[in-house]
Amino acid sequence: MIIRGNESVLVQGITGKQGTFWSGHMRDYGTNIIGGVNPKKAGTQHMDLPVWGTAVDAAKEQAIDASILFIPPLGVKAAVLDAVEAGIRKIVVLTEHIPVQDVMYFVAAADEAGAKIIGPNTAGLVTTGESMVGFMPAFNERIFKKGSVGVISRSGSLGTLICLNLVQEGLGISSFVGIGGDPIIGTTTRDALEALDRDADTTAIALIGEIGGTMEEEASEYAQTMTKPIACFIAGSAAPAGKKMGHAGAIVMGSRGSFASKKSALEAAGVSVEATPSGVARFLKEASAS
Amino acid sequence: MNFEEHAAKPLLRAAGIETPKGEIARSANAAAQVVESFGAAVVKAQVPTGKRGKAGGIALVSSPQEAQSEAARILQLQIGDHEVSSLLIEEQVGIEKEYYLAILNDSASKGPLLLFSSEGGMDIEEIAEAHPQALTRIELDIRSEPDLAFFKDRLPDVAEIGGDQLAELAHKLYGCYQTIDAELLEINPLVLTTKGSLMALDCKYTLDDSAIKRQPDLAEQGTPDKLTELEEKAKALNLKYIELDGNVGVLANGAGLTMTSMDAIRHYGGEPANFLEIGGESYRYGKEALELVLSKPGVKSLLVNFCGAFARTDVMTEGLIEAWETLKPEVPVFFTIHGTGEDEAIDMVRTRLGLDSYDVMDDAVKAAVEAAS
Repeated sequence: MIIRGNESVLVQGITGKQGTFWSGHMRDYGTNIIGGVNPKKAGTQHMDLPVWGTAVDAAKEQAIDASILFIPPLGVKAAVLDAVEAGIRKIVVLTEHIPVQDVMYFVAAADEAGAKIIGPNTAGLVTTGESMVGFMPAFNERIFKKGSVGVISRSGSLGTLICLNLVQEGLGISSFVGIGGDPIIGTTTRDALEALDRDADTTAIALIGEIGGTMEEEASEYAQTMTKPIACFIAGSAAPAGKKMGHAGAIVMGSRGSFASKKSALEAAGVSVEATPSGVARFLKEASAS
Repeated sequence: MNFEEHAAKPLLRAAGIETPKGEIARSANAAAQVVESFGAAVVKAQVPTGKRGKAGGIALVSSPQEAQSEAARILQLQIGDHEVSSLLIEEQVGIEKEYYLAILNDSASKGPLLLFSSEGGMDIEEIAEAHPQALTRIELDIRSEPDLAFFKDRLPDVAEIGGDQLAELAHKLYGCYQTIDAELLEINPLVLTTKGSLMALDCKYTLDDSAIKRQPDLAEQGTPDKLTELEEKAKALNLKYIELDGNVGVLANGAGLTMTSMDAIRHYGGEPANFLEIGGESYRYGKEALELVLSKPGVKSLLVNFCGAFARTDVMTEGLIEAWETLKPEVPVFFTIHGTGEDEAIDMVRTRLGLDSYDVMDDAVKAAVEAAS
């Protein structure tokens, strides 16, 4: 789930307001956008790019490595299934508030086809200086400067803050992987950690988690095997007790999912868990000096 | 969105799952009248929360007089945050044995998870604790249409339940779960009656909030979350607002950054008064957001923490400054603004409010905590 500059990107929902705005930003950043999809505008041009009726049609004319969706919640399932059928292997789903049964459906379909969903409810992917597939402020050099720290975040706004803190400490970012804030997501913390561990351009990792779910606990099992330094911040230690957590949902996890559970699992795996985002940057600065 | 028992049970019946005969009563007299025709009955408080039995919200009655007095008692109760205003009166059922059955959205397996236990009648937490060996977990692929044979194959043999009743019921429940976009659909207890059939004595149903838009009729049957007046106002604007007990107001964008702002306030010795999140599509409501955060009494300082990715900090800041100029609050405010639109935003704060935006979030948080103490 690291995006490279040479990878071709399709924008599903390119003609809408956000699709247009962010496609412009992505293209300016250097993302290799090859066109977009709008079933009602097939055969036209938008921003000097071809528009196809479906991703499947687009894939007949072009090799497509990745797709990004600017699609409202109830249309996402059909759009992702279209992308999967087109053989696209990286599918970035930005949309929030997609019905969960739809998410389970398209995540399972993607899995079976060997495609990877990033999100839903993600700010997307950035490889500094190469490509952005999402809506991160990658073009702002105070926030995204080329470097060797890989960043994993469930939140776009907090991910932005972490990148800023890293740059303020004189470090830089190799790749940003926004995995998304929904309870069910395609790419987990552990998946992202494995990808950054394999990435030759990444020498250290900032792992930004949140309370709820058990992804950080599962990632800690892998973190234990790694030699690259990892610093972590878990948002939500001061959050009021979750209103959202369903009754039966709670038992499946047992005590896992709380701030304390995540902190102890990560620390047992040798990950430094910091009290503030700026602490993450300071830790990685020291680690890079030693 | 949670559903009260009386609103959830008709959904089970529509799926062919048997429930006891019941009627709603909103007064002690009405309860007595229902029992007049039912005979022995159960009187159950209707509130969107669990633990009703432990709170005294459920009573077995055998006469209209008893129904009258028990109903009067229960209608005075407060269970959790909820005052009891209606009762479900159901015919008593002869119970042979109790079980637990539920289907829920499971993050770990990224699909529906069916849970069955041959030990029912207590909370699932207690079942998992006391009888883990009696708990069957079946992970489902939502794309498949599991048939009766699938459930027969996966569910344990429960000797006392006749025929394929259990598998049939699970099959129906799964269909129901899909039809009504459930996040959780739980029957506890599921009972084997003395007549040998399975019946849902209680039902807990949570509708996936993200599916409300495609289930508008269904959503009208549910019970909206209980909110304070200000939380209600925020919700109407699509803003997420939560009240807390401290004295530092928090205005931030995005769930992650909002939580982080609260964590940092506590880390530096303060307590958040409330928080308002204006991320996503609602970033245009800076003005309304400020009014909300400041309208809570006891806010002694305000932290404004914007990190714009999708959300444009210039748009959020402009709305906020406009509100500031109208409201002219005396509360000291501390800005820390980064990301999309930051140059314009920081410049606006400087020229129109005469304030600087803190370069480092921690410094803004420390200043806000100090000003509040």
